[in-house]
Amino acid sequence: MSGKKVLILDYHLGNLFSVKQACDHVGINAEITSDKNLIEKADAFILPGVGAFIEAMTNLENLDLIIPLKDAVDAGKPLFGVCLGQQLLFTESEEFGAGKGLDFISGSIKKFPKENKEGAKMKVPQIGWNKIYKAENGWKDTPLQDINEDDYMYFVHSYYVKSDNKENILSLTDYEGVEYCSGVIKNKNIVATQFHPEKSGAKGLSIYKNWAIQHNLI
Amino acid sequence: MKKNIRIIPRLDIKGPNLVKGIHLEGLRVMGKPEEFAKFYYEQGADELIFQDVVASLYERNSLHDIITKTAKQIYIPITVGGGLRTIEDVKSVLRAGADKVCLNTAAIRNPSVIRDAVLRFGSSTVVVAIEAIKQSDGKYLAYTDNGREHTGMEVIKWAQQIDEMGAGEIVITSVDKEGTGEGFDIELVRQVAQSVSVPVIAHGGAGKKEDVAEVISKGFADAVSIASILHYDYIKNNQSNSASDTEGNVEFLKAKRSFHKFETTTLPELKKYLCEQEISCRII
Repeated sequence: MSGKKVLILDYHLGNLFSVKQACDHVGINAEITSDKNLIEKADAFILPGVGAFIEAMTNLENLDLIIPLKDAVDAGKPLFGVCLGQQLLFTESEEFGAGKGLDFISGSIKKFPKENKEGAKMKVPQIGWNKIYKAENGWKDTPLQDINEDDYMYFVHSYYVKSDNKENILSLTDYEGVEYCSGVIKNKNIVATQFHPEKSGAKGLSIYKNWAIQHNLI
Repeated sequence: MKKNIRIIPRLDIKGPNLVKGIHLEGLRVMGKPEEFAKFYYEQGADELIFQDVVASLYERNSLHDIITKTAKQIYIPITVGGGLRTIEDVKSVLRAGADKVCLNTAAIRNPSVIRDAVLRFGSSTVVVAIEAIKQSDGKYLAYTDNGREHTGMEVIKWAQQIDEMGAGEIVITSVDKEGTGEGFDIELVRQVAQSVSVPVIAHGGAGKKEDVAEVISKGFADAVSIASILHYDYIKNNQSNSASDTEGNVEFLKAKRSFHKFETTTLPELKKYLCEQEISCRII
């Protein structure tokens, strides 16, 4: 194990335990913390999360995590967002009225419609395994490099991401005819997925592993 | 594009053992839950449900150790139910490694626990189970404590209420069919699936692969939870499986009794069959 330290940011929402298990499994030296003072010395960050967007932003703000995290990521330190942690990277959400996000990536969060294009009722949240597809830039040298287009990932969400810029789209997914952005990337150091790699079996674990290798974290 | 159907092995737990009953009663010991969980993970299970089947009765929850051990070995979602009464109970199983919790008895006694759990942990973390028993007039009523306690609640109304309170999923169990291998109560599952907006997991009655296909195609289940047909197959093929003798009826296991009502199967066989029936599911 390298001396590199990864912080799993705990803002009191979501299952940190499973992210930590996945990190342990691939050899990432990860610590779960809410302590803003640890951010400056850490080498990389994972922003997990399950739950409500506005509550998440409120908690991050109350814990004074936003400014130190922005400073660290703007300085080039790697950040990996998972599920709600992906959505938080965007400009704003329409969940329960508009709310501002961390604004690392330009775009917004939309709710799945109640009906699909054929007018049939859509089950929301999407809960289950779904395929991810390559966007324009492909997956070479990204954490998804060992994923095939037929591989399934585990999703649980009612809201999805709409990226303003095509170059930030890492992967696409189709749920009942709604095609949306299921993975994002920016400036090499910011990457995030709507699905849960830590709950997507061996393929999912390869994403954490490749992320860690690409940023010399293990 | 067709939606993927999840296949979710269900592991009923009593003390340290995996058990299986009939109509949620008459529990027989199957073996060590950790062994089954790991095997099903490797075989392509989409999720796992652990249910402490005696927790509500004795007001205890002994699953924590099993969950923590399992969560270190498997990387798919784990739902845990049985004996969860308060927000603190929910928090403690999530801390132990569960991804979702399954509420039943507490939710019926005090429905606000659903809303509280949703606000605190998010919709997708909260699953509510309904144990349904068909009445002589054809109506389905909800029960608790593994079909022992009558609530007087009508299943469809209760399901809609659960949906409105923000739970992320509903598990619908036919107590009449559970453990029998006679097939699912298709009508029950269809009624629930069509009256709510959240995904519905069908449980209780699978005796063969065809039953699973039927509850998806005719019952509109979004996911199917199965136990006997997988457990019995595992036991047949794994002689070394050792259960703890300290708790429960192990005679069934020792005697290697026949499983004549069940056409046992493995997860890869089952999923291959479902794909042949044009039901989309994840193959690893």
